[in-house]
Amino acid sequence: MSDRLAVRKTYKLYVNGAFPRSESGRTYEVTDTRGHFLANAARASRKDARDAVVAARAAFGKWSGATAYNRGQVLYRVAEVMEGRHVQFCDEVAAGEGLSSSRARAAVDAAIDRWVWYAGWTDKLAAVLGGANPIAGPYFGFSTPEPTGVVAVLAPQRSSLLGLVSVLAPVLACGNTAVVVTSGARPLPAVTLGEVLATSDVPGGVVNLLTGDAAELGPWLAEHDDVDAIDLTGAPAGRAMELERLAAGSIKRVVRPPSEEPDWTADPGTSRLTPFLETKSVWHPIGL
Amino acid sequence: MTHLLDPQAAAADAAPRREPPPPFGDATRSEAAFRAFLHGLPGVDQVGAEARVGVLGTRSIKTTAKAWAIDTAISMVDLTTLEGADTPGKVRSLAAKARQPDPTDPSTPRVAAVCVYGDLAGVAREALTGTGIHVAAVATAFPSGRASRAVKLADVRDAVANGADEIDMVIDRGAFLAGRYLDVFDEIVAVKEACGEAHLKVILETGELVTLDNVRRASWLAMLAGGDFIKTSTGKVSPAATLPVCLVMMEAVRDFRAATGRQVGVKPAGGIRTTKDAVKHLVLVNEVAGPDWLSPDWFRFGASSLLNDLLLQRQKLRTGHYSGPDHVSVD
Repeated sequence: MSDRLAVRKTYKLYVNGAFPRSESGRTYEVTDTRGHFLANAARASRKDARDAVVAARAAFGKWSGATAYNRGQVLYRVAEVMEGRHVQFCDEVAAGEGLSSSRARAAVDAAIDRWVWYAGWTDKLAAVLGGANPIAGPYFGFSTPEPTGVVAVLAPQRSSLLGLVSVLAPVLACGNTAVVVTSGARPLPAVTLGEVLATSDVPGGVVNLLTGDAAELGPWLAEHDDVDAIDLTGAPAGRAMELERLAAGSIKRVVRPPSEEPDWTADPGTSRLTPFLETKSVWHPIGL
Repeated sequence: MTHLLDPQAAAADAAPRREPPPPFGDATRSEAAFRAFLHGLPGVDQVGAEARVGVLGTRSIKTTAKAWAIDTAISMVDLTTLEGADTPGKVRSLAAKARQPDPTDPSTPRVAAVCVYGDLAGVAREALTGTGIHVAAVATAFPSGRASRAVKLADVRDAVANGADEIDMVIDRGAFLAGRYLDVFDEIVAVKEACGEAHLKVILETGELVTLDNVRRASWLAMLAGGDFIKTSTGKVSPAATLPVCLVMMEAVRDFRAATGRQVGVKPAGGIRTTKDAVKHLVLVNEVAGPDWLSPDWFRFGASSLLNDLLLQRQKLRTGHYSGPDHVSVD
């Protein structure tokens, strides 16, 4: 039997619901932990980041305006489609992170479960984080959480799927739109997640996935006036403070990176939901 | 034709036809002669025109050249609002934006003009007095042009009386497409006369003229009749200003000046929304007509959302980081 020629893949970005090449035309080789070629990925440039922010801003009105129930359904549907790609995710996680097949399977299971867990949060946020305020006056005061806007996410560099889902899903559950810079060395599960999102019900532009170098793209996103928050979890070592300083120019919400990449299998709690919400308080008089 | 509204129009109808400038003085001596002249203009190679703008569109304009292009484009903008829902308040806020497009940077140039409907020209004039910014008003039953000539002329006189110093008229596309070129010519001449001191921009509405050959004919017709500017579109019909159309019009004004010595301006309007589009037009102006046209006196952009994109790009160049729509005014 003759050996079949391998189909060598060159993946593209996921921006505004489409899969464009990088504007710069650049690609880079993705290898497994032992250095064997896996695929080519697009190396996003600052102009790709710019286009992604424009797409995320355009998508924000519809996504943030959807009912919490509807948002939950859409996110749950993403988990369904991920389940259908289970084997592919397992292969990519195993190759990219150098895990045994059983540990890779556990990581993919945890990632899908994490997505479902966050999908369930969409219609509970307002009850848990908002409510009627006790006020000593003749009026009512209510507080409700509202999405912050366009969130730039520097995804974890090591955990390529569970880590990515753990930072991306809460951003979406709150009603924000996202521009994600994926793990630089392990981008393939993110690329597949893009294909999942494109074939699910998430509107184009709500999630934009840029494969490439967080050190190159981070400053442009941190400084961008039309980005409302930035998650620095995957920021290159030693660069987080610089990025936080750049983000201060447009008073962004900033999520600081932990000193070391955390254990993503632990119970996440609400710590990744609250940073991307703004509290809106309203009052109205008590009828007399 | 009846002239219930305007007895002067009847006199104008009876007056001898104004002649085009030499050497085309006898082109309008009869309907047949005028048709022969317009149809005798060289045909436009549509594929060639598209290829030419395609090549010119790939020019890379960066750094200092880009900064110059952005400032030049801002100074060429006719900031436009032509909605049924326009109010005096909206026109005043547009005028404020025209005077100072970017309040965070006083070095931003002013725009060339504010373009409104004739009844609001007075509001714009009052808000812009002393700034040197022109007040342009659309007239002649804009955007369709479907009214009798007396109504159109009354519309023009009203806009001028309200304070407009530039009039944007629409040609009678029905007459043009039916081949009644002299009717269109006479109407432009009559409107030009009604304008008095005001500049006349002639809107060809190229989206309804179908072919580039027709665009060239309409351009020549408008220039022969005395238009100071030829303008692509009303902005109410799609497609509006496209690069091939602009190319043909730039060629027309270039050839017209070479033949008669009179320079006519060009104003693409409608559909130009991004800085990249604007820069492509500037490249076209420079390469086709020449640098003489690279001034607000001879080239304008009819636009509303374009200005915000120009300002965002200007902020990007100034600060080194990307700006966002929260940093320019909503209009």
